[in-house]
Amino acid sequence: MNLRRFFHRWRADAELLQEIDTYLTEEIAENMARGMSPEEARRQAHLKFGNPQRVRESLWQQNTITTIDTLWRELKYAVRTLARTPGFAAIAILVMALGIGGNVALFTVVRSVLLKPLPYRDADRLFALYEHNANSPDSYSFLPVDAGSFWEWQRATQSTAEMAMLSPWQDYSVSADGGKLPEKISAGWCSWNFFPTLGITPALGRSFTSDDDRPQAMETAVLTYSFWKRRYSGDPEIVGKIIFLDARPYTVVGVLPASFTFSSAFGGSKIQVWTPVQREAPHALLTTYEDHEFLVLARLRKGATLPRLVDQLNAIQAQIQATHPDPAVKGAVIGRTMLDDVVYSYKTSLYALLAATGCVLLIACMNVAGLLVARSAARSKDLAIRAALGGSRLRLLRERLVESLILSAAGGALGLLLAWIALGWLVHVRGDMNRVEAIHIDGTVAAFTVGVIALCALFSGLVSALSSNGTHVMVALQESSRSHSGGTARARLRKVLLVLEVGLTVVLLVGAGLLLKSYQRLRSTDIGVPEENVLTMRFSLPEVRYKEPVQQVAFFEQLIGLVRAVPGVQAAGLVSTPPGEGWNGDRMMQVVEHPPLPKREVPDVMVRGAEPGYFSAIQIPLLRGRIFTLDERLQRANVAVISRSAAQILFPGEDPIGRHLRSEEGGDVHEVVGIVGDTRWDVAQPIRPTLYWPIYGNHGTAATIVIRSTHDVESLASPVQRVISQLDPDLPVSDVTTLREAIGKSTIDSEFSSIVVVAFSVIALALAAAGLYGVLAYLITQRTNEIGVRIALGAQREQLLRLMLVDGLKPALFGLALGLMASAGTARLIRSMLYETRPLDPAVFCSVVVALLLVAMLACIVPAWRASRLDPAQALRSE
Amino acid sequence: MGKKAQSDGEMLKGTLDMMVLRTLVTGDAHGHTIAKVIERSSEDVLEVEQGSLYPALHRLEDRGWVSSYWGASENNRKAKFYRLTPAGKKQLVRETNRWRQMARAIALVMGEKVPVKGGTE
Repeated sequence: MNLRRFFHRWRADAELLQEIDTYLTEEIAENMARGMSPEEARRQAHLKFGNPQRVRESLWQQNTITTIDTLWRELKYAVRTLARTPGFAAIAILVMALGIGGNVALFTVVRSVLLKPLPYRDADRLFALYEHNANSPDSYSFLPVDAGSFWEWQRATQSTAEMAMLSPWQDYSVSADGGKLPEKISAGWCSWNFFPTLGITPALGRSFTSDDDRPQAMETAVLTYSFWKRRYSGDPEIVGKIIFLDARPYTVVGVLPASFTFSSAFGGSKIQVWTPVQREAPHALLTTYEDHEFLVLARLRKGATLPRLVDQLNAIQAQIQATHPDPAVKGAVIGRTMLDDVVYSYKTSLYALLAATGCVLLIACMNVAGLLVARSAARSKDLAIRAALGGSRLRLLRERLVESLILSAAGGALGLLLAWIALGWLVHVRGDMNRVEAIHIDGTVAAFTVGVIALCALFSGLVSALSSNGTHVMVALQESSRSHSGGTARARLRKVLLVLEVGLTVVLLVGAGLLLKSYQRLRSTDIGVPEENVLTMRFSLPEVRYKEPVQQVAFFEQLIGLVRAVPGVQAAGLVSTPPGEGWNGDRMMQVVEHPPLPKREVPDVMVRGAEPGYFSAIQIPLLRGRIFTLDERLQRANVAVISRSAAQILFPGEDPIGRHLRSEEGGDVHEVVGIVGDTRWDVAQPIRPTLYWPIYGNHGTAATIVIRSTHDVESLASPVQRVISQLDPDLPVSDVTTLREAIGKSTIDSEFSSIVVVAFSVIALALAAAGLYGVLAYLITQRTNEIGVRIALGAQREQLLRLMLVDGLKPALFGLALGLMASAGTARLIRSMLYETRPLDPAVFCSVVVALLLVAMLACIVPAWRASRLDPAQALRSE
Repeated sequence: MGKKAQSDGEMLKGTLDMMVLRTLVTGDAHGHTIAKVIERSSEDVLEVEQGSLYPALHRLEDRGWVSSYWGASENNRKAKFYRLTPAGKKQLVRETNRWRQMARAIALVMGEKVPVKGGTE
């Protein structure tokens, strides 16, 4: 009501004019009726009415909301003052935009990824359960669950929780049909109650029933929305149709809603098809207590809590361990919320980045506050005169706040734009991150932006307002250029701000240095083979069409022969998984010639199937003995080549050649024929002992083609794929990538964090340098006169230079000390993000000190040098 | 039009609104009529200051106690007529009651016998 009136003041005024006019006419008519002459009648009427202007003014005032009115006036005034110094305004706005933009972007990410509940019904009641791998570092203590334990857990906890099991690392080859190429897709096996547990109902058809989830059931599948849209063009009649997965017919029973997403600490975000686990998994896997192949999700019933559930499961698990004494059987259970499970690996780095942007924002605010202080110093006379004329202190304070509000608001608007661009970039480069699809700028983010703007405005406005001592009007008015008491007080405040600014910058620089060093360590880690010019691609033979090992081997051999003949291919080989591309299989190995070890002490080695040409193709050096030969295949494939570290662990102090290894799981025995160099399965993980046996035999159906070329190895991808499709048009090829890209993918988190933090710390350093320069330049202008006197009295230029330099560098040194102390604390917080780098790495700390001192010197030397070159006559005349 | 008799003509704070509302009981009127009626009925003791009448009318309209429409005045000029709304009627009753109480209290203090009879002394 009031606001409406406020904005309709013009209309009310127009109406009033009309009313006044009517009044006067009526009064004149009446007067004339009384017998007055027309002029007298008019005069009397006007006399009686009085001054119409006053009536209008009083109505105008009545309709005015004073605060809005004055605020509006102040806003106009502030915009005008800022427009008079566009350079200052542009710098301040840009600085604010960087600070606010970075914060808004990171806040959006943290909120969307780490804080927003997962898109399931009552997502806070969903938990992920693991077996507890007690003697592993933090991130590896969550061990997937074996099916045997799962069934017992499920049976025992029916009253407290609904439990579902899944295996997210499956895949199928989708046969070529309807003109579509064959392709390999990620898939998940799940227990029939998986979707009901999450609270998901399919968009089409139904989800699985317990009848589908039986070994003897018909093959059924549930498709994800995107797969249905992409592969089957959103066919509305898909439910009930047959699709061919691994050349077997599956009935589609349902399609998941578009909003459905799934991810876990162990992947799953790329899953396109879900199938019932008891129908799909081999019987052995469904009954074992030793093979940890499944993830377990639990929805707690009302009143149940995670600690109570874990207690209950611990008792069961201890029982299981007692009855199955095997090192693979763990005796304890560990759980976390499903949300925690999904975002576990991003938590530290995202919070660290948010903290970094927070530092930048603080620095930005201090910088803008510093600039405002300098401005108010320049305007101190103007302000003093206004105070003397009766301008209230509050009014002057408000003016200052309005000014900083305009700067922050403009900065915030620009910052929001920057954040939007940054988020687009982030979603693009961090496709690997779980929940990256949930990142959106929404109402909460907008509210956050407004809040940040208000805080920045308040901070920088208050600092600058409090620095101007409005109470001492006389001092300011009298302050001629001969005295500079007020000026130094202001400079002191700016110096304090600078100390803090430099301190924060040092913290950021140290963080950036540590992350950068860690990233470099990571990238320079030798995975055991040259990374350049190696192309890899995966395929796996569907067992329906390649049932017999003979068929498989024949295909492998034919294929690799054709690949080697492709022009440009220097060497090629087959392996189950190349270095740097993942875990993919390990076995417990006993040395046959040694006395049997107790189960707990049997060494665990990585196992790879390889084709004889693989070693020379990827350039793993042969250290002793020989590589297995081409005819050591099928029944004669019981030979093995081991890595150097495997030789050291399995055969300490003896010659392994000619000895035999027995696999604990299968019981098959392999003779060691050679020793090769070590490789890493993951660039960020320590070397593990590895055993290679012939892929021609030993149940190898999945393989990676490794191709080495002298240059442009990427260009070989399509000719090689063509060769494969000539051989088997229905065989999909997946994960076509260069070795370098594959390794880059596993270091992307480290790369991303270090790039972002380095960028922020460079900004911070630039801001701090600008601050240093500004304060010293300001101080020197204040002291021009004094310097002139000193020079006139015979002070040496070098002496003056030193004096000024020390004055300017002091805040930098204090800030440096403060920052180093703070960094010692904060560096520990990012310990988990560091790879082979200690949090208190002396090299990093030293380079930060040197870099900061250099930049500070540079920032100070220019004004100091200028001061020492002053012409004393001119300086003294500058009064 | 006793312009010089200042204290006589000045109105007690808040009574203008009440009197305007009272005037409108007899029918819709525009500003000039309202002022005239008040002056006439007070036997020209009260003089309505235009500087406060028009803001008062706008205020009353804002509060929803009167509504307004444009019509033609006696002399065929475009005039803004005011009309008492039901809420305005209630307000009038409330203010009249309060006024009576006040007048009586003042009369009692001044040692007069008169139980209730408004007006300035």
